[in-house]
Order: sequence, then structure tokens, then C-alpha cells
Amino acid sequence: MKRLTSIQDLDALRQQILEKRKHIRKRIRVCNGTGCHSQGSHKLVDAFEKVLSERNVAREYMVVPTGCNGFCAAGPIVVIEPEEVFYQRVKPERVAEIVERSVLGDEVIEDLLYVDPTTGNRIVHEYEIPFFAKQQRLVFRDTGSNYVRDIEDYISRGGYSALAKVLSSMTPEQVIEEVKISGLRGRGGGGFPTGVKWESCRRAHGDIKYVMCNADEGDPGAYMDRSLLEGNPHQVLEGMIIGGYAIGAKEGYVYVRFEYPMAVENALWAIEQAKEYGLLGDGILGTDFSLDIHVNRGAGAFICGESTALMASLEGKIGEPRGKHIHTVEKGLWNRPSNLNNVETWANVPLIINNGGAWFASIGTERSKGTKIFSLVGKINNTGLVEVAMGTPLRTIIEDIGGGIPGGRKFKAVQTGGPSGGCVPERLIDLPVDFEKLKEAGSMMGSGGMIVMDEVTCMVDVARYFLNFLVEESCGKCIPCRVGVKRMHELVVDMCEGRATPEHLTKLEELCHAIQETALCGLGKSAPNPVLSTLRYFREEYEAHVYDKKCPAKICKPLIQYMIDTDKCTGCGACRRRCPENAIIGVIKECHVIDEEVCVRCGVCIETCKFKAIYIE
Amino acid sequence: MEQMLQDVDAVIDQWGAKPESLLQIMLDVNHKFNYLPKESLQRISERLRMPINQIYSVANFFKVFSLMPRGRTMVQVCTGTACHVKGAPKLLDRVRQDLGLDPGQTTEDLALTLETVNCVGACASAPVVVISGETHSEMTPNKMASLIKEIKAKSA
Ligand SMILES: Cc1cc2nc3c(=O)[nH]c(=O)nc-3n(C[C@H](O)[C@H](O)[C@H](O)COP(=O)(O)O)c2cc1C
Ligand code: SF4
Ligand code: SF4
Ligand code: FES
Ligand code: FES
Repeated sequence: MKRLTSIQDLDALRQQILEKRKHIRKRIRVCNGTGCHSQGSHKLVDAFEKVLSERNVAREYMVVPTGCNGFCAAGPIVVIEPEEVFYQRVKPERVAEIVERSVLGDEVIEDLLYVDPTTGNRIVHEYEIPFFAKQQRLVFRDTGSNYVRDIEDYISRGGYSALAKVLSSMTPEQVIEEVKISGLRGRGGGGFPTGVKWESCRRAHGDIKYVMCNADEGDPGAYMDRSLLEGNPHQVLEGMIIGGYAIGAKEGYVYVRFEYPMAVENALWAIEQAKEYGLLGDGILGTDFSLDIHVNRGAGAFICGESTALMASLEGKIGEPRGKHIHTVEKGLWNRPSNLNNVETWANVPLIINNGGAWFASIGTERSKGTKIFSLVGKINNTGLVEVAMGTPLRTIIEDIGGGIPGGRKFKAVQTGGPSGGCVPERLIDLPVDFEKLKEAGSMMGSGGMIVMDEVTCMVDVARYFLNFLVEESCGKCIPCRVGVKRMHELVVDMCEGRATPEHLTKLEELCHAIQETALCGLGKSAPNPVLSTLRYFREEYEAHVYDKKCPAKICKPLIQYMIDTDKCTGCGACRRRCPENAIIGVIKECHVIDEEVCVRCGVCIETCKFKAIYIE
Repeated sequence: MEQMLQDVDAVIDQWGAKPESLLQIMLDVNHKFNYLPKESLQRISERLRMPINQIYSVANFFKVFSLMPRGRTMVQVCTGTACHVKGAPKLLDRVRQDLGLDPGQTTEDLALTLETVNCVGACASAPVVVISGETHSEMTPNKMASLIKEIKAKSA
């Protein structure tokens, strides 16, 4: 490939690619996102390629390994274009048949289709599936259909046209103005206006400036940054290059956690390709703008997602934050002006440039513009990545898109904002989701994790979980966080283990406020949030633990007991044979019992019993 | 030993002997040997011209780094939020009891190490357990019990 040395070159290349692809009759999209991958989708790609080449039709039919399709619950997913026939839970054994009937032929294979759980109907096309119907996929539009390792696929979709537009017709100030008009706010958690940040970095003094991408994604339960970077790395890169031009940077960094090896690999590969095509490096698209971008792995500490800690760790120091009286846009990496944005923030930029800031600002709510990608996980039927306009009611996300709660259970709460966020209870299900409304509800947008909880989730246990996480992840630099959060954790553990007194509750609340006010960085300041929000909405659950020594959700082990229902037990002995502790006693065909002293409450028996005879008391 | 230092040098050369490479070098060395041998830290310190205590503090700060040899098979139980609400604690208890290890511990024969991780980004199929790099999704205590049997048979 020869380097592109002008805007015209890029347009010509796009035409060429489209021309070259005219003979392709069908594309077979195979999701290779993390979810599908862990269910074996990589074997599908090989199998398709093998069958197509055996049949000598590899030229007309193209196998496309893509990033996350979004509907991870249905994975591994295969979609056949142009009709968009959607096959779910596909196994390699079915590949030959799919090629025979649905690729070479135009048949639909019934048993691979998605079944609508409410109507029982089989749905043929991707766009007809309710999961997708109420979404507004803008940023995530191409992630599930883009050929991950092929820059030409991205270019054929209009990729890098925003960069071309910027370099050929806009000054850096105009770019910043457009981003300001769009109202884009950072997607990494805080929601700081992106254009304003860029402007201060542009104005900051210094010859060398950095653009940086925060792909640390420390929120446990969130994976949209990972999926974007894995599935459409060029979109993120294009955003960064535009940002680099706007602020006047010559160098950039993508900071990815090492637990995401595929994201690291794809980002590296995209950078290589972009350089080869003259879209990155020296003299981009024949202009005098040059930018170099590196990928650095983080070592998986939550605190390293915080901007000052991230930069410290990049410099080879431990990832401790510092006070932010001097902003990183003025003195960041190596004390030089550094503009850090989240992956999803960067991915929004090409869209804004292509369609205009005003278009972007027409989507969303008064103060939260555009869309947001959520990772909808936990106790929900349709787990996956969901992109909706800001302000979409929680009900739409949980019920329409998410398909409700499995097992006929009741929706209890949704946790948003990760360890800095909180739980939004069932009675606020009509809450429109945006930065402000979540904050009012005592939670946070965070990076967009939505962990759905049902009746059998214990909110005190959830609080304990986050406190434990934060104790482990606190860098220990400031006392309120190091000592305070630890003390909070001890108090909540006492509650979960039946040792708490009413004083525990008062102390816990006092600590929350003290830590909020005195901690050094965002981690400590927001550490009390999961506790405060659960106390606010689920106080009675705390009280049950403290006063009655009961766990209403039946989760906290010291407060529960496994029992066998004498009416339901058939004496089949299955549980007795599986119990790893030999805690179950009984003879065949007679009712069994559990020895409470020996039982470690592991749940193996409940899962084993076919007669639903075992219950928790 | 000589071989090990050569490997460390190769990693350092790949990244360049400069401070911003420190974490990258340490990640690669840690991955290669499954822990950070003392001599490797010494070497990194010399070549990057960084004080050894700074390198130790970085090694202690991040949980992924181990200063002790770890097992040939790594069992990592995800304890991210999605996995937690879907029953990760029960899985962890199961593994803990069956292997006789607490998270962070390694069997004496260096066959197995048990660890917990915070979200590996496969939350949609929670709870997940990663065994030697392979992700097992939608785990249950029963499935876990059979997996452990398999691992034990293999490492015996
Ligand atoms: C403890 C802590 C952890 C954070 N983790 C992340 C993270 O994993 N990813 C991220 O993009 N931002 C994270 N942030 C927010 C960043 O500090 C920063 O505000 C953000 O990356 C800026 O990008 P944005 O303006 O595009 O959101 C974290 C903040 C704190 C206080
Ligand atoms: S498996 Fe169920 S029915 Fe069978 S013995 Fe155990 S409790 Fe009774
Ligand atoms: S919970 Fe576990 S230990 Fe207790 S009886 Fe059931 S299988 Fe045995
Ligand atoms: S990983 Fe395949 S749909 Fe998400
Ligand atoms: S929470 Fe376990 S994979 Fe995300």
C-alpha cells in the first residue's frame, strides 16, 4: 500500500475498496468479541474459512471476524449479510450446514434463530430483535460489523473522513469550537466537558504536549471500552489524532490494562496500519501535522485509572495520585501539558466532526448530550452492551432492551458507576439516565457499568463487596482512605456475620461523611457512595442484619442455613453424593437431612437437586 | 541464571532502557517467568538507572507482580461486580476448599496458584473463571468442582 499523501488520495482509496468488493455476494460476520471468544468463536472463523475454500467460493463469500456485536447473551453470534440473518449460540459443528443452506443457499436455519422470550416467536433478522430495536447505536454502530484487522474496512465505512475534513478545512480552534458546541462530556466517569478540556490544554504552555487515551477501565463489571478498542480501534485512534491536532500534540499514549491482551494487540496493530497508510506518523495525509502514538499496558490497579496516578505509572513510578490543584492539562506526563480522555469519549469525536456539533447536541438531554454505551450485566436476560440516547428511562433499558430479570424474579436495583457509584432502586425505574439524574439518585454515571440485581442480591453484601474492593485498591497515600475505608469494611463485615450492634450503623454513617470530605483523590472521596446509596434505599435490609441477625436475600452465610424440604425430597441421593463436605445424611428413597455443623453453605446441593427440595432458611 | 538475565536483557532492549518502559518490562518479565526473580529486578535497576527500592515499590504496588515463584497452572476466579452478584463467592469457596489454597497461594510442588482478579471483561457470561488463560463462562459450583478434578488429575 502506498502512503496517502492527500485528502484526494483517501477518497480515491475509498472508491477503490468499494470497487474491489463489488464481487462479494455475502459477508459472514462472526463475533470475536471477548464474550463470544470465551465461548469458542475463534474456532468458527477457521471453520468458515475452511469450508469456503474447500468449496472454492472464498472469493465471493467473505468471513469477517468482528468486535463485540453487543448481544453477548446470545453468543457466539454469526450474522449473514446483506440480509442480516442472525444466528445465535453457534457451534463449529454447524458451520458446514450454515454455508450450505444459508450462504450458498438462501434458506434460514430455524433452530439457530433467536427466540423472543415473550412471544416465543423465532426472529430471523438482526434488526428485528427487540434487544436492538430501542437502542440508538452511533458510537457502537460499526463495532460488531467491522473487520477488526482491516483498516480498509474502516475506510470503506467512511473512516478517517473526519480526520481528512479537519486537516483540510478546519483550524484547531474550529475543531475545539465544534466539540464545545456538541456538548460532549467525558465518558470516563466525571463527565467533564471535553471541548473545555481541549481548550485549556491547547492554551497551556509547552512545546511538547500529549494526547492520551484512558483504556484502564477499572470498573469491575464494565467492558465497553475494551470492546470499542478491540472491535473498532481505528475509530478511537481517529478521535485521538483529531484531538492531537486540536491541542497541538506531537505524541500520544493509549493506556490499556494488561488484563485486556486483545485490546492491546488490536490497538498496536491499528497504529501500525494507520502509519503505513500515512494517517499517523510524520506529515499526516501530506500536511505538516505529525503525531506518534504508543500503547502502554497498565498493571491492573483501579487507582491507575485516575488521571494523575495513570501518568505517574507511565513515568515508571507507583500509581499514586497527587492533589489536583495543578491540572494535568497544564502539568501532566513529565510535567508537560497532557490531555487525557476516555476510550468512548475519543470514539465520539469522528462522529461529531462528520455530522457537526449541533447534530450531536440535538441528541440526549439538556446537559447530557449524545448517547452512552452501558454494559448491562448481572441478573438480566439480555446481557450485553447497549447504546442509548442520554435520558433514556431505566425501564426501557431493563425491560425492553434487557428483556427483564431471569427466573421470574423481581428487579431490585441496578448498580451504576462502579465502586464510586451506587444502587438505583426499583421504585426509580422511570428515571431518565443521564449524568445529572444519576447523581441526584445518589449514584453516578461512571464508565457505564449497569449491574442488575434481583431479590436474591443482598444489598449489605454489595456494600461489603465494594468496600473490600476499595480497601484492596486504595493506594494508601492518605489516611482517611487507608484507615477509614478499612474501618467501614470491618463494620459492614460485622453486619454480614451477625456481630453488629445498632452503634455499627451510626458509626458507619459518620465515617461516610468524614471520608467524603477529607480524602485526597476521587477513589477515597467516592468510596462511601455504595454504602450511602444502599443505606438510603435499603435501610431495612441493614436493620434486618443488625437487629434480627437475618439476611433477607439469604446471601450472608453466617445468617443462613441450608434445609431439605421433607415433602419434596424423593430420597434420590444425588445431593448426598455431590456434597463435597459429606454434610448430607440419608438412605436411598428416604428423606435426606443436612448436618448444619458440617455444611459450609457452598450451594452445590441446591444446584444438584432436580426436585427443588433444598432451600435456604 | 545466565539465560534468565539474557532473557531480561532482551525484554529491556525491546522496550528501551528508559523510565517509561519500567512497567512494560516488568510485565513481560513477570509473564515470562511467572514471577519477578530477584536478579531480574537487579538487572532492570542497573540498566534503567533507577534505584532498586523504586523498582521494589512498583513490584509491591501492583497485585499482578509476584516476587515468589508461582504455579504452572493459574486458577483465576473473577470477583468483579457482575461475577460477584452471579455467585463468584461460592465458586471461590469451592476452589479454595478443594485446592486447599487461599487466593494468592501456590501449592508446594508449584503445580497450582489460586488468584482472584477484578473483572476480565467477560461480564456478560458471568461468573467466569480463567484457567491458564482460558476463560470458562457461566460457572456454577458443580461445574467448578468437576473442573478442579480435571486440573488436579492433570497436575498430579
Ligand atoms: C479512582 C479513579 C479511577 C478511574 N478509572 C478510570 C478508568 O478506568 N477509565 C477512565 O476512562 N477514567 C477513569 N477515571 C476518570 C479519569 O481520572 C479521568 O477523569 C478520565 O479518564 C478523563 O477522561 P474523560 O474526560 O474523557 O472522561 C477514574 C477516576 C478515579 C478517581
Ligand atoms: S437430591 Fe433432592 S430429592 Fe434427592 S435426596 Fe437430595 S434433596 Fe432429596
Ligand atoms: S451447601 Fe454445600 S456443604 Fe452444605 S449441604 Fe449443600 S452441598 Fe453440602
Ligand atoms: S462478544 Fe460477541 S456479542 Fe459481545
Ligand atoms: S465482573 Fe467478572 S468478568 Fe467482569
